Amino acid sequence: MEYVGKIFVILISSILINNFVMSRFLGICPFLGVSKRVETAVGMGAAVTFVMAMTSLITYIIQYAILEPLGLEYLQTIIFILVIASLVQFVEMVIQKTSPTLYQALGVYLPLITTNCAVLGVAIINIDEKYDLIQALFNGVGAALGFTLAIVLFAGIRERLESSDIPKPLKGFPIALITAGLMSVAFLGFQGLIK
Amino acid sequence: MKAVKVFFNGVLNENPTFRMVLGMCPTLALTTAAINGIGMGLATTFVLVGSNLVISLLKNFVPQKIRIPAFVVVIATFVTVVSMIMQAFLPELNKSLGIYIPLIVVNCIILARAESFASKNSVLLSIIDGLGMGIGFTLALLLLGSIREIVGAGTWFGMPVFSDGFSPAVIMILPPGGFITLGLVLGLLNKLTGRAE
Repeated sequence: MEYVGKIFVILISSILINNFVMSRFLGICPFLGVSKRVETAVGMGAAVTFVMAMTSLITYIIQYAILEPLGLEYLQTIIFILVIASLVQFVEMVIQKTSPTLYQALGVYLPLITTNCAVLGVAIINIDEKYDLIQALFNGVGAALGFTLAIVLFAGIRERLESSDIPKPLKGFPIALITAGLMSVAFLGFQGLIK
Repeated sequence: MKAVKVFFNGVLNENPTFRMVLGMCPTLALTTAAINGIGMGLATTFVLVGSNLVISLLKNFVPQKIRIPAFVVVIATFVTVVSMIMQAFLPELNKSLGIYIPLIVVNCIILARAESFASKNSVLLSIIDGLGMGIGFTLALLLLGSIREIVGAGTWFGMPVFSDGFSPAVIMILPPGGFITLGLVLGLLNKLTGRAE
């Protein structure tokens, strides 16, 4: 029972308290780039969730089954980024075969996931925090859900920003960043949720 | 002459942070103090110069189709080198930069320069481009880090700037401060240069 509680804590803290976008600053590029429409934000979130869950599992197995027994920990960065790149490619091919509709909807955003630092970030955090396999999986899923939550909320705000009267020099990126800052203040409120 | 132009292109005209808005994750996360900004900037500069050098040497040997994975492996190798050097000689800085050192791999500036500059230009120009972009990035991080450290902690490089009566605005060194400072600085630059989207 204690173990289930620990997993619950990991899940909540990776979704809300240590939200990847809002407090760890991981995955800012897609957060700013793919957040103009709510639908695309949801699609991006779904694709990232799948890739991050798979990455958590596979990099965990590679770290403890291959790199550590052979004393190759220093190759971690190179191996992990290659795993992520091939995983994204693989996911792209599977989705293309099994569900052409979903593939069409996600199309452009799939290859972009490779350079989403949240994916490599979650793999490294799993190892640094010494999670076991189940905890690593939940941390990956939680972090991805947190990313999805942030990007969807942000897209909702940006849709409204488009039609509002903004001082000219602040249009585009500046106002988006300031909005993200205010959202981040709101996320700071979750800090006291778990002792 | 062209070399000088390429160098200043990276520092000013196409400044990776303020002009192209690339590499936002380390920019926002590590500018809580001026020293972190410089550390990250220099580590990124080293990787940029190294990867631009190797990629411009390899540009005629790497098949078009697998160039992106090949570039990523080159970049990851240099990141590993930086990370080992920092662990050995600058353990404290390494600790405060933490997870963001391995994450230099996915910093879009590096892949963007590899793809758009180093794979098309000579070795010397590519090195200069890496140096210019890296210095532009470092200066941007130093500026943001200084603003946030001075307002948020009342210090600059750890030295107190104000008298005892100053109470720092802690929000500036918390995550929201990163977003808001960058947004305001970008807005100010747009205003000064008369550029707006």
